[in-house]
Amino acid sequence: MIGLYVHVPFCRKKCPYCDFYSVGFREDLAEQYADAVIRNLRFYNEAYDTVYFGGGTPILLARHIPRILAECRISARAEITVECNPFEMDAETLNVLRAAGVNRLSVGVQAAVDTELKTLGRTHTFKQAERAVITAHEVGFDDISVDIMLGIPEQDLNSLIYTTERLCALPITHISAYLLKIEPNTVFGKKPPVLPDDDESAELYLAAVKLLKDNAFEQYEISNFARDGMASRHNLKYWRREEYLGIGAAAHSFYKGKRFAIARDLREFIESPRQIEAVTDDYPDETEEKIMLGLRLSEGIPKELWERVQGGLPLIPEQYYKIENERLSLTAEGFLVSNGIISTLLAHLEDI
Amino acid sequence: MEEKYLDKIRNFCIIAHIDHGKSTLADRILEQTETVAKRDMEEQLLDNMDIERERGITIKARAVRLKYKADDGEEYIFNLIDTPGHVDFNYEVSRSLVACEGAILIVDSSQGIEAQTLANTYLAVENDLEVVPVVNKIDLPSAHPEEVKEEIENVIGIEAMDAPEISAKMGTNIHAVMEEIVRRIPAPKGGADAPLKALIFDSYYDSYKGVIVYVRVKEGTVKAGDRIRMMASNAEFTTVEVGYMGATELVPCSELKAGEVGYIAASIKSIGDTKVGDTVTNAAKPAAEPLSGYREVNPMVFSGIYPADGAKYPDLRDALDKLQLNDASLSFEPESSVALGFGFRCGFLGLLHMDVVQERIEREYNLDIITTAPSVVYKIEMTDGTVKMIDNPTNFPDTTLIAQAMEPMVNAHVYAPSDYVGNIMELCQNRRGVFKDMQYIDAKRVDLHYELPLNEIVYDFFDALKSRTRGYASYDYEMMGFAPSKLVKLDIMLNGEVIDALSFIVHADKAYERARKMAEKLKEHIPRQLFEIPIQACVGGKIIARETIKALRKDVLAKCYGGDITRKKKLLEKQKEGKKRMRQFGTVEVPQEAFMAVLKLDDE
Repeated sequence: MIGLYVHVPFCRKKCPYCDFYSVGFREDLAEQYADAVIRNLRFYNEAYDTVYFGGGTPILLARHIPRILAECRISARAEITVECNPFEMDAETLNVLRAAGVNRLSVGVQAAVDTELKTLGRTHTFKQAERAVITAHEVGFDDISVDIMLGIPEQDLNSLIYTTERLCALPITHISAYLLKIEPNTVFGKKPPVLPDDDESAELYLAAVKLLKDNAFEQYEISNFARDGMASRHNLKYWRREEYLGIGAAAHSFYKGKRFAIARDLREFIESPRQIEAVTDDYPDETEEKIMLGLRLSEGIPKELWERVQGGLPLIPEQYYKIENERLSLTAEGFLVSNGIISTLLAHLEDI
Repeated sequence: MEEKYLDKIRNFCIIAHIDHGKSTLADRILEQTETVAKRDMEEQLLDNMDIERERGITIKARAVRLKYKADDGEEYIFNLIDTPGHVDFNYEVSRSLVACEGAILIVDSSQGIEAQTLANTYLAVENDLEVVPVVNKIDLPSAHPEEVKEEIENVIGIEAMDAPEISAKMGTNIHAVMEEIVRRIPAPKGGADAPLKALIFDSYYDSYKGVIVYVRVKEGTVKAGDRIRMMASNAEFTTVEVGYMGATELVPCSELKAGEVGYIAASIKSIGDTKVGDTVTNAAKPAAEPLSGYREVNPMVFSGIYPADGAKYPDLRDALDKLQLNDASLSFEPESSVALGFGFRCGFLGLLHMDVVQERIEREYNLDIITTAPSVVYKIEMTDGTVKMIDNPTNFPDTTLIAQAMEPMVNAHVYAPSDYVGNIMELCQNRRGVFKDMQYIDAKRVDLHYELPLNEIVYDFFDALKSRTRGYASYDYEMMGFAPSKLVKLDIMLNGEVIDALSFIVHADKAYERARKMAEKLKEHIPRQLFEIPIQACVGGKIIARETIKALRKDVLAKCYGGDITRKKKLLEKQKEGKKRMRQFGTVEVPQEAFMAVLKLDDE
């Protein structure tokens, strides 16, 4: 069984930091898009144990999600996630999703301070976001994730503590805490806001890791934390190098040993009889990828992998990694400089 | 026996201070003689290296043959040799001069005589060339041609009252220059039937034809099929093709006779067989004596050049071999460094020359290289009585073994408006200069004469001089031997390890200042890394400056979204590529730019 990712490239308004593919929402386009997704699903004879609707703003497709899911062979205990903007989460819409089998929501809360939300171009207040999460819980969702953004304009330690505590008080099981990165083709990229510097951002990240731990959220990946073992099974597939199929414009796949992507082109996706797979890597190197991806996880990588790069270990400060139960993993401080660590280790990759 | 055809040949070069309009005049002459069709004309036509066009300077001398129908009704053949103006490339000028009977001296009528105007004129006079002065840029509002002519007469001592007043840029009065060439520059001498003597004044490597040598035939005749011999190396070849230099390409012809300038191609594969300055003769009918050739140019600045990628060492050797072929002043020998691996110790005429060579290696041979701090040659008298010449700081002996350290000195002349005398004196004093005298060239301009240590001017003297005189000063220098000095070796340690490639020799009084600047520069150019990196500068084991590069805190791709790991892979690829441009010293990675950056220590 593999994972299924459906990209939903619609937003009511583009956030200034976001460079994921999306276009303005239109009901007619959404319908055609859902048709195209269904058409494509039929070409792949697969069974799925995780399904993830990512975006964009997937909840905008809520009306069509039931018929898309009806098209898939899905295991009984599958994890089915839809990303939501708090603004769209009314009880009626949520009930539609729930009835269709969706059992996990990922809510883009980002911060609990309204001025910070405003700088990020979010259209909701924290109160609205809080209300949305509670509504979702009330209609029966018991696996809810929220996003926090770190290193954003005006954020300091106090506002981070405030945000974390307000979020941890909600009925949620999972938090994704991302460090803001300015991407060139975004509004922020063209007109960069004043951000905390690298040292300050690093401190915010380390503080977040600690605060979340104090609130029983265990870190399982660089940016992901879960209560009671509720890690996202779909996202774990990415890091554990398990296969997933991506459907939709700008969707990525690791499928039948190959990595490929679909063009960032809504029209093309809607109009093509079958989505056009642009292969990004025909023969991805298994060892390299397992090291690169596995070191993003708190569980790290097993001995047979890290043995092959141990020539690079002396070049890495000791506080950045640990070896426990024969597995090599990075510490929170190590995660912060993981690009440098991984490229140093891979530079020392030895052939067997 | 004098040959009749010789009367119609004029071999000449153009000499000038940098920016006085040499290449522009060459362009105009090409146009007027219709050597180049108007549509093929582009600026700085003879400067065909990218670096020359970009920097607006001439580095290599270049020759071209033109036809000119003079006012006397006769058709003349002109061989024009374009020459560089910068002091670093004087050797190119002197090589070209041997191929000529005359020189056009251009002086900018808005600026007057500059340091290299004089230096180049003296070179021409030493080579018995007829010097024909021309006053350029009369279109400028600030032009004062009459005064400049007087200056030429007074300072240089050649007649200049009738010198053509031209604007090479506007094309004004170029005809007068052409007539002056016919009238004043002597025709070459020589016998076409005498044993062949042709002087090699330049050469380059063509991947199809092998080494092509540029020659001035002094005696005899050479044609395709002739067996020729290089008199210094004794190597023999069969001539495949002879010809002359058209403006944009080589033009084969049947023979080259005494008095003519042209090229010889003879399937010469080995670069070592052709030496600029050597004499080509006929193997069957050899000349008794070679021509006198050139004074060997001595490199004054030395630096290590290393391939960024150690595996490219043979490619670097090949590149240097080929560059040396048309840059006789470049010298090199293998050396190795603990920090940088295998490379070459290269000798240059100056910093611009070093810059140009480095850039040509990177561009023309597509090699990434690392260059170490330039050093001059020091003469060290040891306590055991032996004398060592040190051009590499790594070999600088322990102070306890040195009886007397000596450093090379130069005689420098700085020409500048008198307003800047104070600034120039301050600069020269900072550079440990000894004032000799000062003379007025005219009412507003002076010639300041200083003795300066060479190592104080090789780094950035010209830049500093220009910034203190708003670009109005020019300078020139000649070597004057060694003088005793207090020298020490400054070592740089990164994370406690001495990086030999960053060591250099400095005057004891300047050690602290330089150490501090070195440490600051390195801190600026070495990126933050996983470990904190202490930078220490020390003399004889004593630390005299220190900086710390803090450990990197944030270098993470936080979001790997929707399973898109290509982005992360690209980033890692980029970092891997980046690592190739880095040198690893223990746990420290040093980017190549850092090695260059420390060379450019501003003295502000």
